[in-house]
Amino acid sequence: MQDSIEKVIDLKAPVSRVWQAITDYKEFGAWFQVDLENPFVVGEVTRGAVTYPGSEGVKWESTTEAIEPERLFSFRWCPYADDNEIDYSKEPTMLVEFRLEPTSTGTRLVVTESGFSKLPDKAMATEALRRNTSGWDIQAGHITAYVES
Amino acid sequence: MLNPDPVPVLAALGDATRLQLVSRLAAGESLSIAELTGGLGLTRQGVTKHLRVLERAGVVSSSRVGRENKFSFEPDKVDFVCSYLQSVSDQWDGALSRLQNLVES
Repeated sequence: MQDSIEKVIDLKAPVSRVWQAITDYKEFGAWFQVDLENPFVVGEVTRGAVTYPGSEGVKWESTTEAIEPERLFSFRWCPYADDNEIDYSKEPTMLVEFRLEPTSTGTRLVVTESGFSKLPDKAMATEALRRNTSGWDIQAGHITAYVES
Repeated sequence: MLNPDPVPVLAALGDATRLQLVSRLAAGESLSIAELTGGLGLTRQGVTKHLRVLERAGVVSSSRVGRENKFSFEPDKVDFVCSYLQSVSDQWDGALSRLQNLVES
């Protein structure tokens, strides 16, 4: 059972360029909209502050899990840590993975964010959620769509 | 944000039995523990335990009707989780289009 959001994007740029844009902390910060203080190093914490409009100043903390050059970059973070007064270090974390593969036109990038829930067996969940007829049906559909995607 | 934490709700929903209980209650009718126990292959105590987990997460509420506790579905928390997941998805779309602009320029 997956509990993830997955995004696939085909980029017209070589793998080496995309790799740099996602693993160099300054370049990462430019498109993710976060001002990071230190580079991504496996096993270490990268800190910073979000620059995303509406969330400016929210603390960023990620722990780098894997750096496999031009193939896989991953880190753990707590994306709902939007209250700087609360210690989120003991909260559950999401795993964000960037997987790269070369294509004829450039690079296919697959981003996965997982850990939102531990829903049981997919078929059972879908069946349970489909059976009812209220507005919950629609909401459940949303959740199922996300956790299955 | 008033309630920035969707995880307790997702964790409460992350169980086959609880999902079934929510599914029954989401039809709209308030049900007693006895009514909810039927067909689940669980004891009354087992069902009660699961209902309390859902109640703590705010997914269901209970009220006393005569000698029985009746449980009802509370859609607000689930709505919150759905809008949260939608916002995460939207943020990724925005971030990846900025990444695209950066590497393709």
